[in-house]
Amino acid sequence: MNGFKTAALAALAAGTFTMAKADQISVGMITTLSGGGAGLGVDVRDGFQLALDMAEADNIRLVVEDDAQRPELAVQIAERMIQSERVDILTGIIWSNLAMAVVPSAVAQDILYLSPNAGPSALAGANCHPNYFNVAWQNDMLHEGAGAYANELGYENAFIMAPNYPAGTDALNGFKRYFEGELAGELFTQVGQTDYAAEIAQIRASGADSIFIFLPGGMGISFMRQYEQSGLDLPIVSAAFTFSQDILPAVGSAALGVFNASQWSPDLDNDANAAFVSAFREAYGRIPSLYASQGFDTANLILSAAAKADVSDRDAFRAALREADFASVRGDFAWAANQHPIQKVYIREVVEVDGEITNRIVGVAFEEHRDVHGENCPM
Amino acid sequence: MTLALMLEQLLNGVQFGLMLFLMSAGLTLVFGVMGLINLAHGSLYMIGAFLCAAVAAATGNFWLGLIAGIAAAAAAGALIEIVVIRRLYARDHLDQVLATFALILILSEGVRMIFGPFPLYLNVPDVLRGTVRLGVVDYSLYRLALIGFGLAVALGLWALITKTRLGIRIRAGESDREMIAALGVNIRALYTIVFALGAALAGLAGALVGAIQSVQVGMGEPVLILAFVVIVIGGIGSIKGAMVGALLVGVIDTMGRFLLPRVFATFLDASQAMGVGAALASMLIYLLMALVLIFRPKGLFPAHG
Repeated sequence: MNGFKTAALAALAAGTFTMAKADQISVGMITTLSGGGAGLGVDVRDGFQLALDMAEADNIRLVVEDDAQRPELAVQIAERMIQSERVDILTGIIWSNLAMAVVPSAVAQDILYLSPNAGPSALAGANCHPNYFNVAWQNDMLHEGAGAYANELGYENAFIMAPNYPAGTDALNGFKRYFEGELAGELFTQVGQTDYAAEIAQIRASGADSIFIFLPGGMGISFMRQYEQSGLDLPIVSAAFTFSQDILPAVGSAALGVFNASQWSPDLDNDANAAFVSAFREAYGRIPSLYASQGFDTANLILSAAAKADVSDRDAFRAALREADFASVRGDFAWAANQHPIQKVYIREVVEVDGEITNRIVGVAFEEHRDVHGENCPM
Repeated sequence: MTLALMLEQLLNGVQFGLMLFLMSAGLTLVFGVMGLINLAHGSLYMIGAFLCAAVAAATGNFWLGLIAGIAAAAAAGALIEIVVIRRLYARDHLDQVLATFALILILSEGVRMIFGPFPLYLNVPDVLRGTVRLGVVDYSLYRLALIGFGLAVALGLWALITKTRLGIRIRAGESDREMIAALGVNIRALYTIVFALGAALAGLAGALVGAIQSVQVGMGEPVLILAFVVIVIGGIGSIKGAMVGALLVGVIDTMGRFLLPRVFATFLDASQAMGVGAALASMLIYLLMALVLIFRPKGLFPAHG
């Protein structure tokens, strides 16, 4: 018992000392590590951790928790991280409905939130906040790229489909903003839906000449499996989420040839990306996904700011974050006024390289793209 | 809206219903015979799918995978019954729910430790690829095969329960547990067999559906919720009720998703109708369950009168 007490005291003391270190930054990562969205959260976490490992950073204390894709759980974890873990920065949320539940109250408590994925339109427009930075994109952006590319491919009558949650609405709006053709049909599905027979039958009956889908994680696997067996053979255009590396091995050859819009691709040619892709493969034995690249960039952004400012001085740290003085794996990185990226949006094609199914860049949708919601942001 | 589309949706509904039947048959059988609420039934579905995917990937043969999936789920079921469930028969339902919920967490984490967090690849067997012409509809051959599988299992289950000695014991166990034990039937072995049978059906459903869905950790829980809806509608403990309930849920859910947005589109603008229709469609089967509970509190075919 005595031994236990001493050990506990020692641990406590050690904990206090690390916490007391002036340049120590506590980062709380709330992400999805179980259920159908687990692949996305695992990749964000692994990408983030890889950046810390490569920088040999000892000034970041990272706490990771699984939100199981449940908004109420994410809110609880955020409260606990803010109250008892005393985090300075929160990050990690994958799903827009969870971000909407967590971010507004966190940033109001003077916690910085750096989004490595979700970018709901509400947080980019009127509800933008100096403490909220989106390192990935505003939700609409990549779907806008898909809409613009659908025009280029000559599609005139598209059937469009997304799950019924904030990012699904943003996806359909983003696609429609740029697509100039007619809509053969428009459908909302359920989040986490596994059977798409009813939807595929409606696509078949609609007379569409092409399909636009936004079905991230397991939803995309289920849809593509069933679409392949349906005998329908319409071309699919999409954003990177539905054809990302986390699900491509499970979708298999059904995904080959699909065009999808993305701000990043494993074959993107710059030094930071080459180092990232090879280090990620070395560390985890798989090709990184879009989500991993976003986690990696988020960690590097934090490290770049930490080198310039103390996180306890929020004004200085925010200013350092706004300088974005880090080598993004997507190439050039710049902030718009609403603290969302202005970036190039590429078109990728799903291909098979050395027996592995992955993406390759085949074109560019936009050179310097910024989201439309920024106009409503007072910053 | 054409006849072909209606017909295709009806087939989709029946196919979905039959897969739900495979899940709910095991659940309702275990409840009927042992009086046990088994929340871990969805985990057995997941085990079936993962083993099928792993064996199919290793051997290149879907059918070997299917057999492995069923066998693994049955074995896991028997093991769980002997190690955990056996201690719970005399306890109340709350203890059973707690223990089987713990099993969900343990099995999900176990599968993640073995297979990793990313979904596995499982494709339909070559002979069942493509579509087949049914009158006016081109229908997926694999989905048609799923309907066939579902009907064959339903028939087999019916024969097992009405025509065999094991079936007689199962029915006796449903109506009077103490009496058949007193008559010298080895009730412990019977329970293990029934539990393993239910697990095998869940494993079969998981493996079959895994080929056209995402084989991922936690895939069993959404299906489990639907299976509970099915057995509440059908009458807890009744196989016939599970069949009728599963078909009702399958067809109403599919038709609701398909027709409701169209109904709303007659008096709302398109994107509003889509939102309202989709939201209401996802509630439809729960509304059905509530209605059944109001008018037939014990379900459509109550097992114990």
